[in-house]
Amino acid sequence: MQYLTPRKSAEGNGSAHTGTEHHWAMTVTAAGLCFLVPIWLYIFGHALGQSREVVLTTFAQPFAAIVTALILIVGMRHFAMGATMMIEDYARGTTRKVLVIGAISLSWVIAATGLFALIRIAL
Amino acid sequence: MADAKRAAPNQRPLSPHLQIYRPQLTAITSILTRITGNGVIVGVMLAVWWLLAAATSDEYFAVANGVATSWFGDLVFTGSLWAIWYHLFAGIRHFIFDAGRGMDIPTAEKLGWACIIGSVVMTVITILLVQ
Repeated sequence: MQYLTPRKSAEGNGSAHTGTEHHWAMTVTAAGLCFLVPIWLYIFGHALGQSREVVLTTFAQPFAAIVTALILIVGMRHFAMGATMMIEDYARGTTRKVLVIGAISLSWVIAATGLFALIRIAL
Repeated sequence: MADAKRAAPNQRPLSPHLQIYRPQLTAITSILTRITGNGVIVGVMLAVWWLLAAATSDEYFAVANGVATSWFGDLVFTGSLWAIWYHLFAGIRHFIFDAGRGMDIPTAEKLGWACIIGSVVMTVITILLVQ
């Protein structure tokens, strides 16, 4: 006997009973990026074109460093999931698998590289 | 009956039959969301490489900064800047649609224009602000 109401067992599930996690994760990261991106554009835009000393001073500041770290983690997760969604729409079979693995790997490589640079600058 | 079923699929036009499909603002602004979101990775890669170079050495930074501030860098960063603003506005539109609002055609078209105009305006403002 099932103690859950039909409403409760259906809530949060799509027609496939799974898959809403992807959409929800995109929503959460998108909401965060709405605030992070404009701030980061301002920080990065100011640093771009300046001398190395100014760039290092800029990204060594706690606020700029934290925003950049968040952009790298949240942004690359958002990109990885969005790129996966695109690949799943246009490719199938082995090509799809290879491209999805490639896109997610690229995202983490970019995030790791950026974080490494940031740690070297800020710490 | 079985023969008819076998012959039919090949001759059916593919939906939405792109060759004769009139481009609509809502459709174009929708696909632009995907193109800008995925395309912005080029700008991100250049930015992260530039940051890595800054963290490494004066010589490496000179190389990366040379590329980042060249006409090529300007092109990539200006394009990425517009792309990220467009994607942000389209994302907000997505939130509005997710909430079940703005689905009627006049409002949806207005939201499409808001994404296009908003992204261009914010690109110009950002460039002026950080110069």
